[in-house]
Amino acid sequence: MHVPDGFINAPVSAATAVVAAGAIAVSLRGARRELGSERAAPLAGLVAAFVFAVQMLNFPVAGGTSGHLLGGALAAILVGPYTGVLCVSVVLLMQAILFADGGLTALGVNITCMAIVTTVVAYVLFRGLVKVLPRTRRSVTAASFVAALVSVPASAIAFTLIYAIGGTADVSIGRVATAMVGVHLLIGLGEAVITALTVGAVLAVRPDLVYGARGLEQRLKLRVNGELVDAPDTGPVPVPAAARSRRTVWIAGLMTSLVLAGFVSFYASADPDGLERVAADHGIAERAEEHAAADSPLADYGVKDVEGARLSGGLAGVIGVGLTVVAGTGVFWVVRRRRSGETSDAAPPVNKPSDPDTDTAPPANKHAGADTDV
Amino acid sequence: MGSGHVHRLYRHAHSPVHALPPHTKLAAVLAFVVVVVSTPREAMWAFGAYAVLLGLVAYAARVPAGFLLGRLLIEVPFVAFAVLMPFVAEGERVEVLGLSLSVNGLWGAWNVLAKGTLGVAASVLLAATTELRELLLGLQRLRLPPLLVQIASFMIRYGDVITDEMRRMRIARESRGFEARGLRHWGVLAKSAGALFIRSYERGERVHLAMLSRGYAGSMPVIDEVTVSRAQWSYALALPSAALVVCVLGWVL
Amino acid sequence: MTASLEVSGLAFAYPDGHQALFGVGFSIARGERVALLGPNGAGKTTLVLHLNGILTGGTGTVTVAGLPVGKRYMAEIRRRVGIVFQDPDDQLFMPTVREDVAFGPAAAGLRGQELEERVDRALALVGMAGFKDRPPHHLSFGQRRRVAVATVLAMEPEILVLDEPSSNLDPASRRELADILRSLDVTVLMVTHDLPYALELCPRALILSDGVIAADGPTADLLADDALMRAHRLELPFGFDPRSVAATPDRP
Repeated sequence: MHVPDGFINAPVSAATAVVAAGAIAVSLRGARRELGSERAAPLAGLVAAFVFAVQMLNFPVAGGTSGHLLGGALAAILVGPYTGVLCVSVVLLMQAILFADGGLTALGVNITCMAIVTTVVAYVLFRGLVKVLPRTRRSVTAASFVAALVSVPASAIAFTLIYAIGGTADVSIGRVATAMVGVHLLIGLGEAVITALTVGAVLAVRPDLVYGARGLEQRLKLRVNGELVDAPDTGPVPVPAAARSRRTVWIAGLMTSLVLAGFVSFYASADPDGLERVAADHGIAERAEEHAAADSPLADYGVKDVEGARLSGGLAGVIGVGLTVVAGTGVFWVVRRRRSGETSDAAPPVNKPSDPDTDTAPPANKHAGADTDV
Repeated sequence: MGSGHVHRLYRHAHSPVHALPPHTKLAAVLAFVVVVVSTPREAMWAFGAYAVLLGLVAYAARVPAGFLLGRLLIEVPFVAFAVLMPFVAEGERVEVLGLSLSVNGLWGAWNVLAKGTLGVAASVLLAATTELRELLLGLQRLRLPPLLVQIASFMIRYGDVITDEMRRMRIARESRGFEARGLRHWGVLAKSAGALFIRSYERGERVHLAMLSRGYAGSMPVIDEVTVSRAQWSYALALPSAALVVCVLGWVL
Repeated sequence: MTASLEVSGLAFAYPDGHQALFGVGFSIARGERVALLGPNGAGKTTLVLHLNGILTGGTGTVTVAGLPVGKRYMAEIRRRVGIVFQDPDDQLFMPTVREDVAFGPAAAGLRGQELEERVDRALALVGMAGFKDRPPHHLSFGQRRRVAVATVLAMEPEILVLDEPSSNLDPASRRELADILRSLDVTVLMVTHDLPYALELCPRALILSDGVIAADGPTADLLADDALMRAHRLELPFGFDPRSVAATPDRP
């Protein structure tokens, strides 16, 4: 699903390029926190190579057809959202330059849809679900399933939005959306199954490597003179009260976004042409002459294409969920970071990504855990 | 996208285009594509002119036409989309051979096909005349963030190693009589993917150790410092400049 | 003259509580070639990672040519201790052979002509001068291992530490590498399971077992001591008698 040149007009391509560049800049900083500043390059590079390789792993569906993993959600869950964005972006960049797969001017569009939207949506959903669900492995797998499932159509919606603003052909947005979301729901289902199974497989062998599930590990037990003793604490212990209150906040946040999303979709279905109007106002403005000559593609859309109207309403709902969750979590994170900054390390957050070195290192992770001197 | 493609796209030759510094080529291709995308779709002759320009570059680079055309196949999914466009697009319709087609859709299809093809062709020419390593250097000199370039170069370096591990795992599966045929086998494949991730990550840790052992302290040491002459820049930018002239004419005429 | 490498009282436990070293001590004089033998899980790799300060935080000291291993001299220590890891793919992380060999010296601040000469010299030492611009993954395994040795030699180390240098090599590559190692004028510590290889290359051997040095002496003597070998799970290949080859002429 790599967008070629000429699909999206120049101004919008440029705008998405700016968005992509901004997100990558933020991710560069974030990835250093997730992986440790020195380890960032080799680890992210290897994960990018993994994403690249796993996209070639074919999962047979039926009758000779097969699908493959897109990997955005998987990368986000396994190595964290920032590193995930970086890895998928690098893969896309290399595909564009080396294989001419995806246009150079469309790189911004491709990175925005496939690297940023998938990873962020998947990670936010995943994190939210993990907080809400009971702290077990099965919840992590289930959360990965849902996160991956939603991430793919979310990416399709992002593309549809970009297309609505800067598409170069006047296909009704409802139709683009139907096609995109319909196809990508199916793809998303496959992605979800594979992602959940893969996360489950990693979780079974090296749970410490699953970034999104950090803080769920059981305390290490050591055998000393025939007795089991708790391992000395190297990582922060979550304070139960704080954890519970945080969980309430997460549940509240999810509920709020659902309610808001419902509101948004109601509003959207009352005004089904919203997206198209945006398209008419911005994207196609420069070709206004031509449009004056042709029938307005929007003229009778609301009347005839009722299905499309409902659909765009539902669509907006999903977009609403995505956007609200993202915005809400953003605010929540900022507030919490500031608070945890003030109270120093009294109650370190469970998923604080900044200091992987202080996590309890399980037996297999010898080098990483011990490499604190450099 | 087998690992072989990494090397198959590059065509070894000694041509003026091959000899250009990679970042000038990257900049030229990017500028060219931007110009192409900004051209109004009604200026059909302009796209013909672009194609001629690319043809000249291909000739100078000694890239055979057959190779170039073969690589254009990567576009096929979007050709399908473009073919659908006249049927699904809105607006004024015309009758062609008994089919009702949208004028707008026809224009849209033409637009996507022309620009997409030119974009792919330009990228293929870049990849065909520039080695992998050079491309990375080019990105670095175009001031891409160093961490991003490092990630890209590690990805390139280990892409083959990991693909190879994946292949060995497949052979191991198949030699034990397993063949993935349908949904039921996804669990096994996903386990392989999980194992592949763990191997990749652990290799990343080992590579990091090897880097530390050789004095790595967070930034890549400078090994090559290349200076580019003005002549090389102007040579490389001849393509987008010519294209720009065509584009401006396309808007004016 | 100071010893190339001096280790004393080294003990170390991983953060998970698993203790790998229990007071290791030995000394290697300049120019010596020493084999470090030991069964799996003896703590060999842990010890190696201490030699250039990748692992620290236990007790005891490591001194390289008089410099204590620690934060203060870390850059210098890493230049002086050249570790060749077991998997050359881990070690060769740059896109071309030349850049890989240049990585260490360049990180130490070398540039231009001087850097280029250093790279050429190191590659010539391992007989890989003609492969400068090749990507590492296009080389055979044996060639990759030789380039890995070159990457370390380019830093002109005080001591060369090799982790299982003969693993996965075919007999010819194995012999080529042995010839190269013998020709080098540098202190060598070779960590290996490959007892004949140790005997061929190293006059002296250490046996690391359960985190301590269990034996230290001439390689031929240690390998001939059946009880010692059995006690530390070291086994000679079938039909190999260390006494019969103990007098190979090339031993210094």
